[in-house]
Amino acid sequence: MMIDEVRTMPAAGQPQLMRWSVVLPGLAALALALVLPQFANAYVTEVATTALLYVVLCLGLNIVVGYAGLLDLGYAAFFAVGAYTSGILTAEFGFNFWLTIPVAMAAACVAGIIIGAPTLRLRSDYLAIVTLGFGEIVRIIARNLDITGGASGLIGIERPEIFGFRLMQVQHFYYAFLVLALLTAFVCLSVERSRMGRAWFYVRYDEDAAAGIGINRVTAKLQAYMMGAVIASVAGCLYAAKMTAISPESFTFNQSLLILLGVVLGGMGRIPGVVLGAILVALLPEVLRGAGTYRPLVTAVALLAIMLFRPNGLWPDKRV
Amino acid sequence: MALLEVRDLRLSFGGLKVLHDISFSVEKGAINSLIGPNGAGKTSLFNCLTGFYKPKGGSISLSGRPITGLPPHRITALGLARTFQNIRLFKEMSVLENAMSGQHCRSRHGIVSAILHLPAQRREEEAIRAIGMRWLGFVGIEQHAHRRAGGLSYGDQRRLELARALASAPELILLDEPAAGLNEREKLDLIHLIRRIRDETGVTVLLIEHDMGLVMQVSEKIVVFDYGQKIADGAPEAVRADPRVIEAYLGTED
Repeated sequence: MMIDEVRTMPAAGQPQLMRWSVVLPGLAALALALVLPQFANAYVTEVATTALLYVVLCLGLNIVVGYAGLLDLGYAAFFAVGAYTSGILTAEFGFNFWLTIPVAMAAACVAGIIIGAPTLRLRSDYLAIVTLGFGEIVRIIARNLDITGGASGLIGIERPEIFGFRLMQVQHFYYAFLVLALLTAFVCLSVERSRMGRAWFYVRYDEDAAAGIGINRVTAKLQAYMMGAVIASVAGCLYAAKMTAISPESFTFNQSLLILLGVVLGGMGRIPGVVLGAILVALLPEVLRGAGTYRPLVTAVALLAIMLFRPNGLWPDKRV
Repeated sequence: MALLEVRDLRLSFGGLKVLHDISFSVEKGAINSLIGPNGAGKTSLFNCLTGFYKPKGGSISLSGRPITGLPPHRITALGLARTFQNIRLFKEMSVLENAMSGQHCRSRHGIVSAILHLPAQRREEEAIRAIGMRWLGFVGIEQHAHRRAGGLSYGDQRRLELARALASAPELILLDEPAAGLNEREKLDLIHLIRRIRDETGVTVLLIEHDMGLVMQVSEKIVVFDYGQKIADGAPEAVRADPRVIEAYLGTED
């Protein structure tokens, strides 16, 4: 069935009619997220922290895949760039954690330009192959350099301190990731409703028409790609600080696929859907722990069922 | 100086010559047409003018500025907008968002000011919406602003493509078969609309059209193509009487 009414995205900052169907569950979810560590045990808080990490990563990849329509199969590479940049700077050079974030963002930008500038001129399929290769290259480089600690990785990454308070326990990192997730959602929402956000949708729906109407498609795609990269790198910094040890095995192709899965599962292009997909990706392996060795099978069947019955994701974009 | 000046334009795909040394010009404030049998090279010429094809030789200038070989988005920014033969709307987006797309090259604010919600960025966004609405009003579909573009009737989709192109504030607008698929009533509305574009906004119009009735009614000058060559160029009456044009359209007696 075709949906004939679509919402025009309200301009950023413009007063809009609240849609209670989204706002109320959103507020409830936020309230739950705020109090969760107060009554949950360490295991649940740990899983919830992982879920928040995936929320950030999926929101970042959603800019690339959901907004601009670019298939990126190596997104974990930017997550690795952030984690290693922050890890090396704090562990080897004694940098303050907070100062490593802008450095990591800059490093992700540079990596994004190196990969994006030549390939974004091509059609999306080529980008998928190149990003797939890029993801593996970054992981293999990390495995073979001395400064990245080789296959065993980096250890002894310092815990960040804020106003004299050191983030140590899992609850602390839970709240840090919650702040990062909310910040990322705010950023995505602001950009989605702006001139550049619309340009990404124009390019995604019809590249030639977008060029004909005055949009530089290469610049638009590159900006989406770089913005996704920057978000992953910030998530990487915080991830390194939480783990205090990182190894190349945290940034495999599998990781890229999981993030992509979260975006597609929830519903590309729309923030609530992507958040839901990210949480599912993090929770599914835990919920299915009881299935023992059948876990991969049950997971696969669950995913197939979702894609069969909700081909546009669990909470799809009305536009699609 | 003419608004659009095309000199010795050549285009070929591999060994196939599509355009042979085409020269013509369009004066500012005119309504001109390009006609010719199917496959004569009209749309290829449009694609050269708008940067989608790179010509093999020759030059194109708009208001005296050379635009030959520039990418499409630069050419649009310099004041040349187009519509497509087979309507190319952003079908899944709203009608208003389609119209707003034209303003992209006339606005500045990027990602950072959107994140910071700078007052200047918000003002710009409001201006973009207002301009989008204004052009929807101009073509008469503002009541559909929040509908899905792909859900509009065929005639309204054509109007929306016009509104989107006009929203880029062009000096010259190229219309590729705007009357294709329209009924008689809609064609009359289109003739009226094309005249209003020129008369009310001062935008120069160049159109490709097969509907001779429409072409003869709206054009002040007609350029006729056949097999990638210009065979005639002049006022409608003169072109209609030109034996080469009659030959191209009707063939000759052996």
